Amino acid sequence: MSGIRIVESPRDPSGAAYSFVIPPGEPWIHEVSKGQYFRIVDLHGNQAVDTLFYNARDYSDRYSAQDTIREQRNLYLTTGTQLMSTNGNVLLTIVADTCGRHDTVGGACANESNMVRYAIEKRHMHACRSSFLKAVTEWGNEMTKRDITSNINFFMNVPVTPEGGLTFEDGISDPGKYVEMRAEMDVLALISNCPQLNNPCNAYNPTPVQVLIWNP
Amino acid sequence: MSDTSVLWEETVQPGASWSHVLKRGTALRLTDIEGGANAGALFYNFECPAERYNMPDTLKAQHIARLTTGAVLYSDMGRILCSIVADTVGWHDPLGGCSHAVMLKSRYGEGTYQQLRNQYHRNGHDSFLIELGKWGLGPRDLVPNVNFFSRVDVAEDGAMTYHENNSAPGSYIELRAEMNVLTILNTCPHPLDPAPAYQPKPVHLSIRRAPPPGPDDPCRLSRPENGRGFTLTERYFL
Repeated sequence: MSGIRIVESPRDPSGAAYSFVIPPGEPWIHEVSKGQYFRIVDLHGNQAVDTLFYNARDYSDRYSAQDTIREQRNLYLTTGTQLMSTNGNVLLTIVADTCGRHDTVGGACANESNMVRYAIEKRHMHACRSSFLKAVTEWGNEMTKRDITSNINFFMNVPVTPEGGLTFEDGISDPGKYVEMRAEMDVLALISNCPQLNNPCNAYNPTPVQVLIWNP
Repeated sequence: MSDTSVLWEETVQPGASWSHVLKRGTALRLTDIEGGANAGALFYNFECPAERYNMPDTLKAQHIARLTTGAVLYSDMGRILCSIVADTVGWHDPLGGCSHAVMLKSRYGEGTYQQLRNQYHRNGHDSFLIELGKWGLGPRDLVPNVNFFSRVDVAEDGAMTYHENNSAPGSYIELRAEMNVLTILNTCPHPLDPAPAYQPKPVHLSIRRAPPPGPDDPCRLSRPENGRGFTLTERYFL
């Protein structure tokens, strides 16, 4: 696998202003202020962290997967990637990454997409977009399903082939690997710590992840 | 085909927008008249537009990163909005997104209506928002779009490159509506098109009746996932 670059962060977890462990299958929603550093740690390895970001002042200006990959002319997210919004703003910049590659075209699992992908009887299985819906409903501010768009899958490996195929490869993450971003504006972060049990995106065993925030 | 006669047709002028509720049981053919066109497109369930085209669900259900005959466009509710029943191009882009005002100005300079009248530089982002607004939809409904007639290659390291001369004059793709689909289109250039000047191309549209997909429909059979997608779509109408 070419193009994998590992960049470590100088920040020490003991100096973080905020730390929280998201259990597997749970959502998390939190504001990150301009200048703050935001880290997600894959505590046990190969855990998909489905993530969306919004301009904290205008939720209709939100993370755009297509703008992000097109502006950097690369499908994969890693150190240096600017996470772009639909209005062309830079929401956050990835400043450290010890995994080296993250997906943003594989989307989030849903009851309905599981029925298509695996079996109609899978409708009952817990899914990321149910967690997203629960989180935005509780957050209020008129957020609804319309605000749940194409997300980032931190720690997931979804290569596209030169022939135009999409493949789901085993993860390249390991316990303790992390990705760290600097907020370039005030943003709202929304995470679903993925509960998927039908494919190897969580190694068939969803595990907790940690989020940390440092002040500038 | 019981009835293949064209119900009506129209040409979307270069850089212009178009929208229509494509009825279940009809098919829309888009033809790249001159070659090198781009048709940016978004799709919604007309009865409940919160259900809309979902790029990741479309790609991962079919293990594809390009669109061509046999593929279907999925909504975020596990249903099929439209099926690609014919295609003479072979590769349509689901990844590249749309152009923005700042991008066009930096590439081509000012291109205002005051200077250029109806040849002014319209961009994909604003065009989508204007056309969505006509149906009571807005920025929260702007999701990743399809670019018909365009192709973006992805290398092993993830590098994305615009593929020139992807679509020849007269090329067409035909979409069969599996639901009543609010279809939003514009012919603004692809955001990675390296043309030195703002050169949008026209796209001809024609709509005809299309028989419902039978048990041996190629789109239904192209993948087991699509069989379930058609089942879920058909149940929606029962």
